[in-house]
Amino acid sequence: MILPWLILIPFIGGLLCWQGERFGLGVPRWVALFTMALVFVLSLILWSQGDYSLATLTQHGAAHWQSEFQVPWISRFGISFHLGLDGLSLLMVMLTGLLGVMAVICSWKEISDHIGFFHLNLLWSLGGVIGVFLALDMFLFFTFWELMLVPTYFLIALWGHNPPTGKGRIHAAMKFIIYTQTSGLILLLAILGLVFVHFQGTGQLSFDYGDLLGTKMSPHVEYMLMLGFFIAFAVKLPVVPFHSWLPDAHSLAPTAGSVDLAGLLLKTAGYGLLRFSLPFFPHASHEFAPIAMWLGVISIFYGAILAFAQTDIKRLIAYTSISHMGFVLIAIYAGTHIALQGAVLQMVAHGISAGALFILSGEIYERLKTRDMRQMSGLWSRFSYLPPLSMFFAVASLGLPGMGNFVGEFLILLGSFPVAPVVTVVAAGGLIMAAVYGLILIQRALHGPAHSPEKLKDLNMREIAMMLSLVAILLYLGLYPQSVLDTSSGAMAGVQHWYSTALSAPQNIAQ
Amino acid sequence: MNLLFLTFLFPLVGFLILAFGRGRISENTAAVVGVGSLGLSFLSAIWVGSQFLLHPPAGGAYSQVLWTWMSVDSFHAPFALRLDGLSLTMMGVITGVGFFIHLFASWYMRGEEGYERFFSYMNLFVASMLFLVLADNLLFLYFGWEGVGLCSYLLIGFYYKDPANGYAARKSFVITRVGDTFMAIGLFLLFRELGTLNIQEILTLAPQHWQVGNATCELAAILLLLGAVGKSAQLPLQTWLPDAMAGPTPVSALIHAATMVTAGVYLIARTHTIFQLAPIALELVGVVGAVTLLIACFSALVQTDIKRILAYSTMSQIGYMFLALGVGAWSAAIFHLMMHAFFKALLFLAAGGVINACHHEQDIFKMGGLRKQLPVAYASFWIGGAALAALPLISAGFYSKDEILWEALASHHMWLLAAGVLGAFLTPIYTFRLIFVAFHGEAKLQAHRGQGVSYWLPLVVLMVLSTFIGALIHPPLANVLPASPGEAGGHGKETLALISGSLSIIGILIAAGLFLGERKLVTAIANTGPARLLRRWWFYAWGFDWLYRWLFEKPFLALVAINRRDLVDFTAGIIPAVARWSHDILSATENGRVRWYAASIAAGAIAVMAAMMLA
Repeated sequence: MILPWLILIPFIGGLLCWQGERFGLGVPRWVALFTMALVFVLSLILWSQGDYSLATLTQHGAAHWQSEFQVPWISRFGISFHLGLDGLSLLMVMLTGLLGVMAVICSWKEISDHIGFFHLNLLWSLGGVIGVFLALDMFLFFTFWELMLVPTYFLIALWGHNPPTGKGRIHAAMKFIIYTQTSGLILLLAILGLVFVHFQGTGQLSFDYGDLLGTKMSPHVEYMLMLGFFIAFAVKLPVVPFHSWLPDAHSLAPTAGSVDLAGLLLKTAGYGLLRFSLPFFPHASHEFAPIAMWLGVISIFYGAILAFAQTDIKRLIAYTSISHMGFVLIAIYAGTHIALQGAVLQMVAHGISAGALFILSGEIYERLKTRDMRQMSGLWSRFSYLPPLSMFFAVASLGLPGMGNFVGEFLILLGSFPVAPVVTVVAAGGLIMAAVYGLILIQRALHGPAHSPEKLKDLNMREIAMMLSLVAILLYLGLYPQSVLDTSSGAMAGVQHWYSTALSAPQNIAQ
Repeated sequence: MNLLFLTFLFPLVGFLILAFGRGRISENTAAVVGVGSLGLSFLSAIWVGSQFLLHPPAGGAYSQVLWTWMSVDSFHAPFALRLDGLSLTMMGVITGVGFFIHLFASWYMRGEEGYERFFSYMNLFVASMLFLVLADNLLFLYFGWEGVGLCSYLLIGFYYKDPANGYAARKSFVITRVGDTFMAIGLFLLFRELGTLNIQEILTLAPQHWQVGNATCELAAILLLLGAVGKSAQLPLQTWLPDAMAGPTPVSALIHAATMVTAGVYLIARTHTIFQLAPIALELVGVVGAVTLLIACFSALVQTDIKRILAYSTMSQIGYMFLALGVGAWSAAIFHLMMHAFFKALLFLAAGGVINACHHEQDIFKMGGLRKQLPVAYASFWIGGAALAALPLISAGFYSKDEILWEALASHHMWLLAAGVLGAFLTPIYTFRLIFVAFHGEAKLQAHRGQGVSYWLPLVVLMVLSTFIGALIHPPLANVLPASPGEAGGHGKETLALISGSLSIIGILIAAGLFLGERKLVTAIANTGPARLLRRWWFYAWGFDWLYRWLFEKPFLALVAINRRDLVDFTAGIIPAVARWSHDILSATENGRVRWYAASIAAGAIAVMAAMMLA
């Protein structure tokens, strides 16, 4: 019964925030904080209680879920309100809870207009994200997929930044919604196609994940449907050349929006590929794997080169996300257990490190009123706490051992090497690129001569506590990733099993 | 021996205290914490080392598993330590020399901004370096490997206000990362082939898995070698080291002379079985060493900056170590590594003393006549310089370098031997050029002498270790590294020692003849046309920087410039632009003017009628 509450709490909390504004400006903030903390604690409880070592998807027999919830919804079309939780979704929900708390705390001072409505949007988008991670009915999944986008649109359009030059927040929000809605439409068509094929084969109309799994179809149809899913997720991940919504949206969104986008929304795409694309269409995915992996390589380098060129600190971080997600894409299509585990860890660690970097950019913006790194320079001498913290997360993002990102990237490359040595070797070049853009970030923002000797207002206790907890978590992921790896191992074993058996039975099981 | 973890725990705690005390603790507290943690680490190392030598553990190695780092599928990488003769030697050098350098630094860095930051980075460096040498699997080794790289970056860019230092720091990190990435690929390959990254298992499995000369094994060895040349500043990834001198001088002593830059030598010695199975790669190790040692020697001959001369000499001495590895003289390489750590740390610290005394002047031609003003530094330079030049019998460097040359002869690597001998002739020339120019002749500036125990004690200790007394220390490597070709001795060993010894003395005499007194001859030679060209070429280290700038840096920056606006985004932007453009055209027709409407109706009607008539 805890599963629907994980989704309901943020939605209810959002409504309370909205109306709570009547009772005082602080009320929405505290309600939102409490709500997300509750979600986080609930997910921790689930984590401590469950055993996530069993494979989720076995080739034969029903899927194995740690926790499940199902009530009929639109029975006529075989649609039910079906939620399920395994190690992968649990990790993602925990990440959502954690970054949700951070998103609320980092907006504490930043947002002063329409506080209630802001938190309504924030919490609803987070609720949608959790729904995406839990839904086991394709119709329900699509509902949440759309539900998380609309509030995000408002976050960008209403509370975003308007830079002095160039296009503003409305433009960014519009671009975001057009990209995601178009890809959403493709996803919807692919889902309907899959359901229809399943209906033709079995005579049973169902949107349920378990039913649709292992649907028999001709190679051509499988490839087309797989492409539909892939494009939808590729836009969200994002994969070059579908990325161009991301830099604008990330850089112009308010801090909480950037955290939400980089930390969570991108992860829904990785999750979607792992949960749906690979298990539904293993043969077509195998066929498509080389293309996907090379797209991953292109993303790594394209993102890295563009990151280096940026002068806006948030745009720089945004482009590094593209680069990091390229590694995840390679790992998913390499499909070995080690690589898949690496992908999960990379997603979690990147969520935290990119989120932290966006929060820190927000702190810098609050103090300097600029995101232009040419006007920063030499911040090291003007703050006590902010520069070392920024350096920590920049270094984490360039993949230094000891932080979670290294474990993710290393496992990804180690696991992909036997399957695709050339791709792996080229992708490893991304490690060098990461050093280039990571260090240029430190150089441009923190080092160099200071523009003025005057000290700036340093981080307060709220901000320091927030950052230190993220530091601790990232170190934990880097030094003892085993607890996370154990949690996701069952789910990844299932994905890997499903994906690799397609190789042993290359002739389509269908017709 | 189960206290082994204390050796790196103390520096780690020191790092944490200093990092969190940022801006709140006094210089004295920072010095006590920073130096004290290293002292405790050194004491733990002595304790563990004496235990190890007095009660040798079974199998010649002691292992300690801390905890599981990652274990996925068939891949297991624990945080586990392994102490054997080789890692004990390295640990001794790192904590011992490290302690004295820290002590010296507490004097050298007085009054600098970021005193506690300096020591926090230094402590973190020592901890990472200990991870590197104590790791029992290659992934943990890689952890330390990257950690020392980060600390090196942070310390080179310590004076962060000057963008040039930031550039030097980034250059060092990125270039070594190129090597690191190749090394990582090597790890992927080893794991795919052997199914493990545990070093001992690799050393056992490799001979079972591969024949001598197996192509995959060669590839793995070459990838490891590329990692090693990056860290150890050997050809072709050597260009970062001279620029790394931008950091404070104790950093150069610790990181860029005594410890980190020798990590490549350690790596190859540690994985020696793979190189034994890969003769081509092993040959390549020797060639890389020989070529690097020579080009570094020539560059050192024409430098004017005191630290850059020492940087090139470091590069050249590590070249000797690679040469030793390449001819299969594993122990000789490690022995030279240890001696080099002593005398090069001494030279750098003394150089630090000189630079501090001369108000941060680093050009030796602007110093002159310092021998009376700075007697301790002068003595240090003589003893350290003698060891670097391998002055026969009394210096530590003579014993270790002679060993290497002998092994090259015994294994019949005549070209490598020739390079080594030529280097042995050039080394005293550039070393004593530095000493004669900086310390002799007329005084050109007023130096203020260093004082205090933290100034002279490290110098004195390292001076003692740089003489033949240091060479009496014999690292316990017999169980770890295989025997070398010339270990039994043989015909010609004495002759070779005589030749190399006399070359060293002749070199010093030549340097005296050229650089003591008026220097008329050397000025006359240097001002001829070809000499000027050659000098310029050597001064810029044979133009590698220039080459790499044009091969890598410029194309990358061009790519960045071309794509600054994100061409994909630009292309995607065409769609809304077309939509808006059509919108503008169509809305221009709806302008509310009756005449315009009437004209367009008429034009339309005529067009339709014309179409009907033509059809």
